[in-house]
Amino acid sequence: MSDAAAVQSPWQTASIVRIEKRTPRVTSFFFQPSRPFAYRAGQHVDVRLTAPDGYQARRSYSIASAPETHGVIELAIEKLDDGEVSPFFHEVAAVGDEIELRGPLGGHFVWPEDESGPLVLVGGGSGVVPLMSMLRHRAARNSAVPVVLVFSVRVWDEVIFHDELIVLDERQDGFDLVLTLTREAARRPADYARRVDVAMMVQAMTRLPEPPGIAFVCGSNAFVSAAAQALIDAGVAAEIIRTERYGV
Amino acid sequence: MVTRGFSSGRRPPTDGDARIPPGQYLEQGFPVLSAGPTPRVRTEDWSFTLKHGPRPIKKWNWTEFNALPMTKMTRDIHCVTAWTKFDTPWQGVLVDDILADAGVEPPTGFTLAHAFDGYTTNVPVTDLTAGKAMVALLYEGKPITPDHGGPARLLVPHLYFWKSAKWLNGLQFTTRDEPGFWELRGYHIYGDPWREQRYTDDP
Repeated sequence: MSDAAAVQSPWQTASIVRIEKRTPRVTSFFFQPSRPFAYRAGQHVDVRLTAPDGYQARRSYSIASAPETHGVIELAIEKLDDGEVSPFFHEVAAVGDEIELRGPLGGHFVWPEDESGPLVLVGGGSGVVPLMSMLRHRAARNSAVPVVLVFSVRVWDEVIFHDELIVLDERQDGFDLVLTLTREAARRPADYARRVDVAMMVQAMTRLPEPPGIAFVCGSNAFVSAAAQALIDAGVAAEIIRTERYGV
Repeated sequence: MVTRGFSSGRRPPTDGDARIPPGQYLEQGFPVLSAGPTPRVRTEDWSFTLKHGPRPIKKWNWTEFNALPMTKMTRDIHCVTAWTKFDTPWQGVLVDDILADAGVEPPTGFTLAHAFDGYTTNVPVTDLTAGKAMVALLYEGKPITPDHGGPARLLVPHLYFWKSAKWLNGLQFTTRDEPGFWELRGYHIYGDPWREQRYTDDP
């Protein structure tokens, strides 16, 4: 491109400044971009790895941190055993490493904030990551927008950000956390132990003071298909449902 | 910039490297991506409308559309999320044959594809004609599933796959190159995988 000024999200290097294991399969990597950028809750970055022979691999990862912390961005990366990028992060990457990234990217799976009314978030596994950015953003702004998060994982140990989510839930500031474990008994009285379904979504809606203005659903394709259909069957208009799928 | 500790040995083995555009990796499955819930469009409710601006040129129902000449097309496809899939077999109606049935020459140089869920994407006419693109009705010889855009999706295999609109219900000639859904949300106006035109500011 001849007009460098028009480039909004060029590749840049970012240092890994902290690594934090979240669950047995998910680890958070905190990046300090050489040129910090503003972003919106729900956006992602592309990460690019380059081998000595010039071969490059790139993947998109959702940002977990709130826009308020834009000097350092958190990516919570799930290890996929047959992957080529996530195993690199889990097995090789260390604090101090420089990684190329590009962002912010994506203009659809972003929370339009106060304009949109109560918010429904539905996450499966690491699909909670962009939803966490929205919740952290809401908390950082002391927003009163009512929110319910339905978070489905197989077992309790896979609840990414569980301490933080429970603290946010206990603030009783209009955020309600609904956990559902698909392969283990529920740990909290109001939680579930089954896959997301219509009845669960109907009950989740009763935790909001009025019908939702917007819904975000993120996870595997199978999860998103089932969860989005459950929302529709629970009376949520398809037009207000935004989805993000890992594609597999 | 070489990444410490990263080697191409992690790359899944493939003998088709020359067919993989820069930044892409080979995928054996068929991932599903879309911006909203999957619409379930019944073929009895399906129609396809060819338009010039706001003016309809011709509209086909499912039966009429299926009576148009069918063409098979097996192509590599490239998703902007970085997966490439080889040899995907489609069957459908070439855009050339749709225009012929409507009895029109392209009145402008640009189109906007429209879908049942409100999705749109822009494709220049020269990328749709001369056998380059079709409205696909079958994948691997079977009706395209709703997840993959059935009953009918656009297939423009030489551009990133978001251009191949799912749940297609129309093609509209536009005077100018008008950005569609993703093109308005940070993605490239054209989307050539071989030039890695992923995002708005890619050259």
